[in-house]
Amino acid sequence: MIRLEKRKEPSKFWRIANPFLAVALTMLAGGIMFAMLGKDPLVAIRLIFFDPIFSETFGSYSRPQLLIKSAPLILIAVGLAIGFKANIWNIGAEGQYIIGALFGAGVALAFFPQPGWYIFPLMVLAGAFGGFLWAMIPAILKTRFNTNEILVSLLLVYVAEKILAAMALGLMRNPDIPGFPGSRDLRRYEAAHNAELFAGTGIHWGVVAALIAVIFAYAMMKRHMLGYHVQLAGQAPRAARFGGISPTRLVVICLGISGALAGLAGMFEVSGPGGQVRIEFASGYGFTAIIVAFLGRLNPVGIVLAGLLLGLTYIGGELSQMMLQLPSSAIQVFQGMLLFFLLALDFQTHYRLRLTRGVRT
Amino acid sequence: MMIGSINIAVLLAALMVAATPILLAAIGELVVEKAGVLNLGVEGMMIMGACVGFIVAVNTGSPLMGFIGAALGGIALSLLFALLTQALMTNQVASGLALTLFGLGLSALLGQKYVGITPPRTPKLDLGPLSEIPFFGRALFSHDIMVYLTLALVAAVWWFLKYARAGMILRAVGENHDAAHALGYHVKRVRVLAIMFGGACAGLGGAYLSLIRVPQWTEGMTVGIGWIALALVVFASWRPWRAMAGAYLFGGIVVLQLNLQAAGVKIPVEYLSMSPYLITIAVLVFISSGKARGALNAPGSLNRPFHASN
Repeated sequence: MIRLEKRKEPSKFWRIANPFLAVALTMLAGGIMFAMLGKDPLVAIRLIFFDPIFSETFGSYSRPQLLIKSAPLILIAVGLAIGFKANIWNIGAEGQYIIGALFGAGVALAFFPQPGWYIFPLMVLAGAFGGFLWAMIPAILKTRFNTNEILVSLLLVYVAEKILAAMALGLMRNPDIPGFPGSRDLRRYEAAHNAELFAGTGIHWGVVAALIAVIFAYAMMKRHMLGYHVQLAGQAPRAARFGGISPTRLVVICLGISGALAGLAGMFEVSGPGGQVRIEFASGYGFTAIIVAFLGRLNPVGIVLAGLLLGLTYIGGELSQMMLQLPSSAIQVFQGMLLFFLLALDFQTHYRLRLTRGVRT
Repeated sequence: MMIGSINIAVLLAALMVAATPILLAAIGELVVEKAGVLNLGVEGMMIMGACVGFIVAVNTGSPLMGFIGAALGGIALSLLFALLTQALMTNQVASGLALTLFGLGLSALLGQKYVGITPPRTPKLDLGPLSEIPFFGRALFSHDIMVYLTLALVAAVWWFLKYARAGMILRAVGENHDAAHALGYHVKRVRVLAIMFGGACAGLGGAYLSLIRVPQWTEGMTVGIGWIALALVVFASWRPWRAMAGAYLFGGIVVLQLNLQAAGVKIPVEYLSMSPYLITIAVLVFISSGKARGALNAPGSLNRPFHASN
């Protein structure tokens, strides 16, 4: 009969191979799903994964989009991964993203229509601070009252969405166009506009920030004491406590970093590609980033690759919506399946299938 | 009885309706957690139940078939979770999250042709003279059958966990799976059955939303009720009757803020509709802080994977 046997050491090979295998399996299962929806699976898969980059007709539009969609995913996922490593589960990045955007936009709207080189840097600081602040709520409740950070951070997403709606309809509404929800378009306010840095590439300050965050996180996890503490706390919490690592400090740091990065992502989005504070501003990056973090094996370099892939599915999703009238939710199912397959495949990282003869005792 | 422009009997009646989906999901998750499994996919299973229940009810014209379909839909999704966490030993937190993300996407996909349709009406249960009683008749005895079945389910779960032999085995598995295994109980089998029960309950709760409470299908219509149900299990410190009290409390808050919105109170709608989430957080803080000691009642093996090494 077949039995599972725990490996003494997690398999290095499967750790690296599984994400690729998961992507392949998702394409297969996704193809079946597309076929059931009455679309040609090969065309759909090609449209999602290849055409955004290689097609001559769409490429010039969608290639820059790749960085625009991937940057927030990577920025958020890098922060989340640090916490996940330490078993600190911030799943409310979507909320921190929204609050960061509101803080950033708030600064811009307060200065409108003044020019000034200092406005954009101030917005960056405000965005990071907003996300940090929102993440401090679950952090402090966790450390002070031992409240579950998973539930609190998630419930705060719904609160943040309500605040966003209230802002778009009230305080931040554009006074020049009465009767319409939504703030001024920050892309038309030069001092606050997170513009493309090199024409036609999609590179804006958020992409630069994501790159810096990746390098920073890599250095921290591999070279810095804090990275060691995070890993130890995740793998051997008791040993970490005996080693004098304060769990309180770790919770605050992990949630703080991931909150600030999510806030930054929101701020770069609202001042650039998003353009304005609207009710529909939140696009689920905060949740997709969770998938990115896992798919990238909680490793900064892996997260870059995973972020690019999921960014691609966003663009491919739009493309297939346009070309094949595929529903937008199909991409959400696709992303969910990816995480399922990855988690399922990971059993072979930790366990080995053994064929044994004889009866079980 | 009236307070201002708000009729108390109507308010109580609305409260029972608002509380039922939360209570259904919470009582299911309570049993799952009592067996030592943390399934964070409640929201995903609920929305699947809401969607599948709606589709079945519209196509068959029967709300009853809808509820059965919803329970099966919830079970189907929960089996995916069971496969991952029990057979493939995956992380329960990550698997639960995956379940929620997947369920939200899949339900949106399945339900896209059903937006804007009105489902078949679920009749009120005819309780005869009981519903004629002044005040109480309107508040307590004027509901559909699901409201009462849910209460019966709470009683059944309470009895099961406290007195039934199978319930004691389930608790043993949740408190200490190694000891339960050593005693010869099938830890995984018990857990899979508990997970399926949780899936069925969450599915029913979702269908109650789409078939009775709202009644319509819209994408993402569970708006975090599954997560509130998860919080409710902690709030109830894993006791069925307290889960009921908690659900009715939340139902009351939801209904009250809706009434305040309708009454035109000078607070923007967005801030009022935040209140259920904020109050859930406040209650969680109160329960988990040292004073209330509720969290100490958590099952001993909760969220710990079990693998029999020999």
